[in-house]
Amino acid sequence: MLLLQVIVGGLLLGAIYALFSSGLTLIWGMMNFINFAHGEFVMLGMYVALMIVVWLGGGPAVFGIASAFALFVLGVAIYLSLIRHVTRGPMLAQILSTFGLALLLRYTAFWIFSANVVSLPQTSLGGTLNIFGILVPAAQLVAGVTATVITIALHLFLTGTTLGSQLLAVAEDRNAAMLMGIRPDRMQALAWGLAAAGAGIAGALMAISYPWSPSVGETFGLTAFVVVTLGGFGSVPGAMYAGLIIGLIQALSAFYLGPIYKDIVVYALFAALLWFRPQGLLGKA
Amino acid sequence: MAKRGVNRRAVLAGATAAATSLATGARLARAADPVKVGVLFPLTGNAAAAGQASKAAVELAAEIVNNAHPELANIPLAKDAGLPGLGGAKLELTFIDHQGNPSVAQQQALRLISQDKMHLLFGAYQSSCTFTATPIAERYGIPFVVGDSAALNITGRGFKWVFRVTPIATDYASTYMRFFDDMKKAGKKIGSIAVVNENTDYGTSVAEAVEAAAKQNNLPVAIRIPYSASTTDVSAQVLQLKEKNPDVVIFISYTADSILYIKTMKNLDYLPPMVLGDDSGFSDPSFVPAIADIGQGLMNRSAWDIGKPGTTTAKINDMYKAKTGRDLDDTSGRNMQAALVMAEAINRAGSTDPAKLQAAFKATDLKPEQLMMGYRGVKFDETGQNILASTYLIQLKAKQYELVWPESAAQTRLEWPMKGWK
Repeated sequence: MLLLQVIVGGLLLGAIYALFSSGLTLIWGMMNFINFAHGEFVMLGMYVALMIVVWLGGGPAVFGIASAFALFVLGVAIYLSLIRHVTRGPMLAQILSTFGLALLLRYTAFWIFSANVVSLPQTSLGGTLNIFGILVPAAQLVAGVTATVITIALHLFLTGTTLGSQLLAVAEDRNAAMLMGIRPDRMQALAWGLAAAGAGIAGALMAISYPWSPSVGETFGLTAFVVVTLGGFGSVPGAMYAGLIIGLIQALSAFYLGPIYKDIVVYALFAALLWFRPQGLLGKA
Repeated sequence: MAKRGVNRRAVLAGATAAATSLATGARLARAADPVKVGVLFPLTGNAAAAGQASKAAVELAAEIVNNAHPELANIPLAKDAGLPGLGGAKLELTFIDHQGNPSVAQQQALRLISQDKMHLLFGAYQSSCTFTATPIAERYGIPFVVGDSAALNITGRGFKWVFRVTPIATDYASTYMRFFDDMKKAGKKIGSIAVVNENTDYGTSVAEAVEAAAKQNNLPVAIRIPYSASTTDVSAQVLQLKEKNPDVVIFISYTADSILYIKTMKNLDYLPPMVLGDDSGFSDPSFVPAIADIGQGLMNRSAWDIGKPGTTTAKINDMYKAKTGRDLDDTSGRNMQAALVMAEAINRAGSTDPAKLQAAFKATDLKPEQLMMGYRGVKFDETGQNILASTYLIQLKAKQYELVWPESAAQTRLEWPMKGWK
């Protein structure tokens, strides 16, 4: 029974990993662009949720949507003001620009919200469900299910709609897409908006269960990179599976071996997998 | 002839020396150069909240020393402005952020001494950072005052320039054991304990001290769980605890992780008879508001007690509240106390000469009534550790901690088992 409990907890956590990682993989797939500020997007999503709860008294549905919307706008704004310009520069400039962006966002958050650890007051999702003896915190269940649904929806959007196809067309061949009458800038701005919005929702969902401070983005950013690499850069379903796998491995190894070993296990398996499949689980070689 | 010449020269040399020392004395008295203290804290990063709160507390200590505060007369140096032993000189603090990173702490300590010419160093919250910063002061022969870092190894290295005012890991461990003995005598069942610790110097050191003390007292440690404080999920650890079912769980944790533990315990419906926090995270100003409705009755240690209105401690708390908007906590209080102890030693030294400062620290002998914290006094042994440091145990009731142990100092009755969210 305890084993089932550990597995359920790991999968729920993994679903959230999947959600915020899918945005990172989307930007990579679209533009071959590594976004080091992705963890910071998650962190900002958490603060948007806090502001909505404290100022407007909104519930999880309200602050989830508000975080998504606010981060979508921020993602588009960052693309138009910064990313669009540095993509013309050398690779190093691209890498360092988002690294600088991460520091800018993190220390702005320190400035505005202070370094204190904050957490959401008990919300309507504060309870715990007892499903056949397995305790599932309501907040985590909702977060896990929502994350799964949104990740799948993002995948369907990319593969099944015209707009999604246009996005992927730009990803595949920017010039050819331009010749087809697609405007790459708009598409890429949309990709940044979607990626940031995904991170924002993930942040809002995690804010229900986890206390945080502005430095939390570092931890999430690192996790997202591992998930994306394991799943295969550019693959949303890959990020989904990889998120679940990593959540599960972390939970099992933390329970059976102890929490300080969980990252050793995760990274050892990660390195071993990359040995055989350097492109990740579902990435294209 | 030769003899007279020598004499004349000797007289001349003597006169010159006398004139020089007179001049120096006059200059000191006139200018009263400030005493420069470099303070290392984590002002950003995971422990930034505690670092910022401690910074405010040390600033308040300097304000009390530098200005006249006759209302705090029992605190040394509060009554008059400045340090009378140094012609009314003021304390001048320079705060440096080490981000909780031991190597940054070491670099900054070096910079403060070699470049900024600080007379003393102070800090540095995380034991791991204090551990790396103190050897620099030792090498340069500059006093380093440690306010709140509890790991044993900081003073265990034969250093001559490190002075630690706070109680340390072994003091805490033996306090817990005395408390458990008292509880057993009162008929509570304490068959086994669990120790959950963050895995840097602080958590490891206290956890090891607790394990060793438990072994000596024939108290089984059902499980010890070291973890990383930056973790975002602790469900597996809580399930491990649930499986072992100890009577007391001791948490040696920083802020975000301790909140996460209490919330996760509630989510997974695991409530041990007692949760005992080892200060740090449990004393962080964010902790109580975050868990008050689900952590009723959990315990913590503290040497700080606000006391009744009108007492010196209550007045200090009011000043701190006016400055920061919140009550002084134990961690910041221990840092503030250390800053006051430092000022008292500098004043007695009557100089910023390192050797005189060192001698003054060694001769420190403060009584409990001269302190704001609940120590039995301040007196350093040859390793630089305060041998009179001690602590109280407190319990969360409604939205604040109340002093419950030892019984002689208790304000309210201890409740056992804890209620938690029930």
